[in-house]
Amino acid sequence: MHKLFASTYKEFLLLKRDFGSVVILFVMPLVLIITITLIQDSTFKTIENTQIPILVVDNDKGEVAKTMLEGLKSSEAFEIVTKDTETEAKELVFGGDYQLAVIIPEHLTVDLHQKVNNNVDNLLQNFGIDSEEKALEQPEVTSKEVRLYFDPATQVSFKNSVKNGIDKMISKIEMKTIYTSFQKQLSDNPDDVVFKTDNFVTFKEILPKKDNQEEYMPNSAQHNVPAWSLFAIFFIIVPLSINIVKEKSQGTFVRLRTNPVSYATVLGGKTVVYLAVCLIQFALMLAVGVFVFPKIGLPTLDVSGRLPLLFVVSIFAGLAAIGLGVLIGTIAKTQEQSAPFGATFVVILAAIGGVWVPVFIMPKFMQVLSNISPMNWGLNAYYDVFLRNGSLSDILPELLLLLLFFAATTILSIFYNEKKHAV
Amino acid sequence: MIVIDKISKKYLGAENYSVSNLSLSINDQEIFGLLGPNGAGKTTLISMLCALVKPTSGSFTINDLNYKQHKTEIKKLIGIVPQEYALYPTLTAFENLKYFGSMYGLKGKALNEKILSHLEILGLEKFANKKISTFSGGMKRRVNLLASILHNPKVLILDEPTVGVDVQSKNVIISFLKELNANGTTIIYTSHHLNEAEQFCTKVAIIDHGQIIVEGKPKDLINKAEDLHNLEDVFISLTGKELRDYA
Repeated sequence: MHKLFASTYKEFLLLKRDFGSVVILFVMPLVLIITITLIQDSTFKTIENTQIPILVVDNDKGEVAKTMLEGLKSSEAFEIVTKDTETEAKELVFGGDYQLAVIIPEHLTVDLHQKVNNNVDNLLQNFGIDSEEKALEQPEVTSKEVRLYFDPATQVSFKNSVKNGIDKMISKIEMKTIYTSFQKQLSDNPDDVVFKTDNFVTFKEILPKKDNQEEYMPNSAQHNVPAWSLFAIFFIIVPLSINIVKEKSQGTFVRLRTNPVSYATVLGGKTVVYLAVCLIQFALMLAVGVFVFPKIGLPTLDVSGRLPLLFVVSIFAGLAAIGLGVLIGTIAKTQEQSAPFGATFVVILAAIGGVWVPVFIMPKFMQVLSNISPMNWGLNAYYDVFLRNGSLSDILPELLLLLLFFAATTILSIFYNEKKHAV
Repeated sequence: MIVIDKISKKYLGAENYSVSNLSLSINDQEIFGLLGPNGAGKTTLISMLCALVKPTSGSFTINDLNYKQHKTEIKKLIGIVPQEYALYPTLTAFENLKYFGSMYGLKGKALNEKILSHLEILGLEKFANKKISTFSGGMKRRVNLLASILHNPKVLILDEPTVGVDVQSKNVIISFLKELNANGTTIIYTSHHLNEAEQFCTKVAIIDHGQIIVEGKPKDLINKAEDLHNLEDVFISLTGKELRDYA
């Protein structure tokens, strides 16, 4: 125990004397979390509160085009700019001046009505109901195409969302036209309401509730702080692995190998100090979320009632990160090996762990791979506490996995060291 | 007493043995010099004695403790002074010594007092709280030595302890080692400074190509032939004048 304490104190002194590293360890994660949240929050606000200017070329000039334009305007997401020709709109969009152009085809209203009327007539005839226009020959109507032009730099998610919105709008217009046509055929009084066109099926988002039954609405801080805190915690791999490699290169590790002290004790000292660093990092990031975010226009991080569980998750995530750092430092021969590998590996773990892109939208293979990323276990545990109002029993499986990962990597490091230096 | 029995070491991928079937006995309280040209096998031999390198074959005992069965006990008996400065540059001399002393189970006031008294003997008391990175080569050598003797080792193994130091530092180190020896510590020492070895060692062995080619008291070796005037003459006559560069 005395040797462990001495090793811990030595690690503390080494870290304290390296002022640059201390600054990097504690300040950079805060810069990271503020930057990422500012970017993500402003993106969110852009979509929610500001209007994206889009081009519309109305070749129809009819009722359907008017309804579409009203639909686009009423979404409040777009500012409509009308242009006369498709060529002009296309050039502006492909030149990057606008993100989207919607080209409404000629005779859309007339042809849609004609198409619907034809279908309704045919249907009524099949039911033996005489149509007013049965004597007339039905003109052939070709299908119409609403053309969309996107700036090539536009993100796929935005394109999909716009396509879905327009598709939904067109379906609604078609449906309304069908109802109107039936109404005309079945009733002489245009004011009669034969069909109620209100949505029968609606949806409502049910939010998780806090213990006091108040609904809990997660914000961008609630999403970002756990994800990027975890990322910062795992970045401890880099300084820790450098610390171990440095011991080897400066000869102190050789001296320690001749001393009656186990490698586990040496690693124990490092684990205690670097775990403390992880927890201080996490506390600072929470403090930034709670006290700094509201002052710079970001949503406040709500940690009420969650602090103990959040620190429990951080301890286990920190241990997993330390285990990995120890393993990399034990195997690497030079700082040139450990530092770039450690940094890149953290980024890979973050990517497959769902820090950048949610796991559910990853390809199947990556989703499976994600299950073996300690960052994924840590992130799920944080989300359980932060967003799903989870209890200790809810996060127990993730905590156990993180602990096992720490144990496995540490044992592997000790085994590797023993094997390499066996006498 | 140290008894080395037919010990050999061949490194992975190496063509030749670094140490080959070497046997040697070193009595208690001896100052034993291991001399030899570069690549002769001196460092490999002492690395095996320090449990840093695993012998390919053979064995050794220190105070009747076999290295295979009593690794930890042997580590407590011996002290190692490596050739490089095995110290933390950003810690002070006192902090370094306190840490390495703690690794031998030493603690508290007794350890602190021991560190300060030893620093004083080696003329470093004024620099106890200065960082190692600010020390000269000679000062680092002295702290490097102190880090290995705080636990009063029965056997002290030194790999070129005076390399790169000024005459003053060298004299202080040699005097200190003689005092340790007088108090019962067996010293095994490698060096390229043959004059120093001649004055300092009670017995020497000249090693070449992983084997001992001669062993005895320095004076006895010098007196073996008329044209040998000092240990350097003995060394040259046995190992030749060819350069021993290796990579």
